[in-house]
Amino acid sequence: MQAVADNLILLGRFVLERIAAIGRSGMILMHAVIARPDPATSFPLLVRQLYSVGVLSMIIIVVSGLFIGMVLALQGYTILVDYGTEQAVGQMVALSLVRELAPVVTALLFAGRAGSALTAEIGLMKTTEQLSSMEMIGVDPLRRIIAPRFWAGLISLPILTMIFSAVGIWGGLLVGVEWLGIYEGSFWSNMQNSVDFFDDIGNGLIKSLVFGLVVTWVAVFQGYDSVPTSEGISQATTKTVVYSSLAILGLDFILTALMFGDL
Amino acid sequence: MRNRGVELGVGIFMLVGALALAMLAINVSGLSLSNQQGTYKIYARFENVGGLTARSKVTMSGVTIGNVSSITIDRKKLMALVEMEINADVNYLTSDSSASILTAGLLGEKYIGVTSGAADDEILKEGDFIEDTQSSLVLEELIGKFLFNQASE
Repeated sequence: MQAVADNLILLGRFVLERIAAIGRSGMILMHAVIARPDPATSFPLLVRQLYSVGVLSMIIIVVSGLFIGMVLALQGYTILVDYGTEQAVGQMVALSLVRELAPVVTALLFAGRAGSALTAEIGLMKTTEQLSSMEMIGVDPLRRIIAPRFWAGLISLPILTMIFSAVGIWGGLLVGVEWLGIYEGSFWSNMQNSVDFFDDIGNGLIKSLVFGLVVTWVAVFQGYDSVPTSEGISQATTKTVVYSSLAILGLDFILTALMFGDL
Repeated sequence: MRNRGVELGVGIFMLVGALALAMLAINVSGLSLSNQQGTYKIYARFENVGGLTARSKVTMSGVTIGNVSSITIDRKKLMALVEMEINADVNYLTSDSSASILTAGLLGEKYIGVTSGAADDEILKEGDFIEDTQSSLVLEELIGKFLFNQASE
């Protein structure tokens, strides 16, 4: 009887702790979004974060976009050539990249490359008591540390997604046209006939905005809420990657069902 | 000096992003700003539109001259009423033009093919009807006719 009661207490504590964590993350999000920016200090901070979050993620995005585009064209060609419709490779590469792969893969890579770095950085600041010292001298760490990182992630991810799509389509062109010998005119015209700017590219952009919000939110919160020990930081970093990847994949299904479900 | 490098990097990053978006818009989705030249609407009634949808192409001699904007039922004649938007620069369709629903390839999408007639003096304007129409080819009807002919022989 005692054992059952103990387990119930543990379960209750666990659930309450989770709900409180959701509440804390919501408060951080509100602070980061609402915090009134002071142009003189926030703008340089934002640029600094855009550099470390966005610019430094570019290489991995460009390389993986190129290879994913090339693989898509190669796989599509081997199947479509059986039906004599290899001109549709351009359409296939463009649609699958713009609608689905570019937002999702970019967000997953972004969570691994930039999200984990954000968590580790903020967690270490907490561990070395930099955050508390800021509060001591009257600087709001949410405004000084969290807000610029949050906005930088939100701005960077859509840009990275666009770069990913463009490079991927170029990779598809490289394999499909230059190597496998599809006629370039039909490659482009098939693509232009089937891709709609607002329905396909616009919805991809909306997806990447949502993913950007989720990934940076999770990363920033896990860092800020981490247990201030070296073990705590490693746990928080792991959680960032796991939670944001799961959230991306789950949200992607919901968003896809909302956007393309009725087609 | 290090700060300068950061600013340059971010600037390049954002420019590359904008370029990528422009490339996607123009090259991939074929969005062109010059396409705002204006259109006029003409109508046609078909017995059966089988498979034609809004945004299907309207062509003349294989060249796209507009698109289908809506398909409804004409309540009086009980036929499908197709509304087409034709580019304003195609201002030489005669009143005895004919419209037929064609298929691109064996299993391809449906589109409307317009053939201009000989009545040079009467040009189709906004709101006019193409009277001479030919419906979509429905495979089941063809098979049905074929079987009926076989049976009667």
